[in-house]
Amino acid sequence: MSAVVAPKSRFGGLSGGNAKAVIERGLRATMSNNYLIILSGFFEPVFYLFSMGVGLGAIIGNINVNGAEIPYGAYIAPALLAVSAMNGAIYDSTWNVFFKLNFGKLYQTMLLTSLGPLDVAVGEITLALLRGGVYAVGFLIVMQAMGLVLSPLAILAIPAVLLIAAGFASIGMAFTSYMKTFQQMDWLPMVMLPMFLFSATFYPITVYPEGIQFMIQSFPLWHGVELIRMFTTGVVTPMIWVHLAYYAVMLCVGVVVVSRRLRKLFLD
Amino acid sequence: MLVSNQVIRAENLTKVYGDFIAVNNISFEVPRGESFGLLGPNGAGKSTTMKMIAAVSTRSSGNLEVLGMDPNTEGPAIRSQLGVVPQEDNLDQELRVRENLIAYGRFFGMPRAEASKRADELLEFAQLTDRVKSKVEPLSGGMKRRLTIARSLMNDPQMLLLDEPTTGLDPQARHILWDRLFRLKERGTTLVLTTHYMDEAEQLSDRIIVVDKGEIMAEGSPAQLIRQYSSKEVLEVRYGSDNNAKVAKKIADVGERMEILPDRILIYSDNGERDLAEITKRGHHPTTSLVRRSSLEDVFLRLTGRTLVE
Repeated sequence: MSAVVAPKSRFGGLSGGNAKAVIERGLRATMSNNYLIILSGFFEPVFYLFSMGVGLGAIIGNINVNGAEIPYGAYIAPALLAVSAMNGAIYDSTWNVFFKLNFGKLYQTMLLTSLGPLDVAVGEITLALLRGGVYAVGFLIVMQAMGLVLSPLAILAIPAVLLIAAGFASIGMAFTSYMKTFQQMDWLPMVMLPMFLFSATFYPITVYPEGIQFMIQSFPLWHGVELIRMFTTGVVTPMIWVHLAYYAVMLCVGVVVVSRRLRKLFLD
Repeated sequence: MLVSNQVIRAENLTKVYGDFIAVNNISFEVPRGESFGLLGPNGAGKSTTMKMIAAVSTRSSGNLEVLGMDPNTEGPAIRSQLGVVPQEDNLDQELRVRENLIAYGRFFGMPRAEASKRADELLEFAQLTDRVKSKVEPLSGGMKRRLTIARSLMNDPQMLLLDEPTTGLDPQARHILWDRLFRLKERGTTLVLTTHYMDEAEQLSDRIIVVDKGEIMAEGSPAQLIRQYSSKEVLEVRYGSDNNAKVAKKIADVGERMEILPDRILIYSDNGERDLAEITKRGHHPTTSLVRRSSLEDVFLRLTGRTLVE
């Protein structure tokens, strides 16, 4: 008889209940190939922190956050932390997934086994989230060393970062599942760059008219920046629930879209 | 519970992509342990049928049962018992040779130790023991193919699906592979294969269906099909491309059936030598002649035509 136990049918054949094998494969592939690329993503926000936080911070002085005066470096550091979580998650869930989807044919291979599309989606999103998490922890250590962590609540920034990474990873993968060419992938920086620059990263959004503020608030990074900033500065407001809910919804929508797309792409 | 002996049961199976009918209302059954061949020209619907059996494509209508389960809803459970060798090698480029097998075993939920042990056995089987730590990309076509086949056996499948398994292999590699497949068959593994090579189909299949344009054209064992759709022997005579048609008219009554090709005339008959003697007696000495046994290729060409399908 077969060496393999047939998995129970879950979610109408969408899952084999073995996402961990997908994660394990991803870690192994990363170890044996591109761990140097991983480092590069970590340094980007660190450089921003040094140049803006230290350089500009000397000129700008303090910034008012919900009534509390905090130094400029401590203002932008949590924003950059959120950005680093976003970068890690987006890199893994877009370019990496794009190659596996269109060139490596990895997902076709996985779906010849007892894995289902949901296992693949959850596994790949978790991998992206792990990368975002690793960047974030590293960045938090840098922040601590520079004296930019103002509250012990900052420890909660770690789970918050994982949530942010998960949200971006699932949406990133959902986006990539529709992309067929490199030209289409070029739309990504068109969204990422303005979001990075304008989401209360370097200054409060109150400088904008209300209409533009509302637009920025509809994008995910702003919620991530505000959420992390609450924890590292210790100034927590009830808005926290809105931020958390935003990411929870983002994650669920992403996972549902991704498994539907994988089903359509490979099991149709 | 009634235990069925049929590992595949397809009933009016249909697959439609937009306006295109890839598989049109086909019905067939495959009993456990059989070696079953799916033959047809490019675009006949072979691969689509294979995909539906492998539970990686959902049918548009009709019924399909694989190992007693419905592929539309029990994909993971069916696939856990299947080995699949896809048409193009889709090995994991980011992992090395041995890791490719182990990771694949892990996808089936095999414990790591067991997957490692099985991987080593299969690397031996695929004659890749000296390339264990190699990357996948620099392997030769034959090696990649062997690795893909080894990979398909990681879960010790009840049924092995092979989509043109020996395309691109040299004769040595093909014969090694046939030998291995025959051993699996002896152990009771059901084999389902598509192929363009008629000798391969004759070697490996107990039973064949010929499909064209999504429909079944013929069904039977290789010997039955030859008996039914061709003759015992084929006489091939050549008179030069300008003369073939002219001569053909004069010898039209010889043999059971005649086919005039640009370069030669094929005479289907139960006794090629006798017919050759008859033609020569009439004074039509061919430049070259050949009497051979009728093959599955003759059946295939008769059923699906000689027009190039793109």
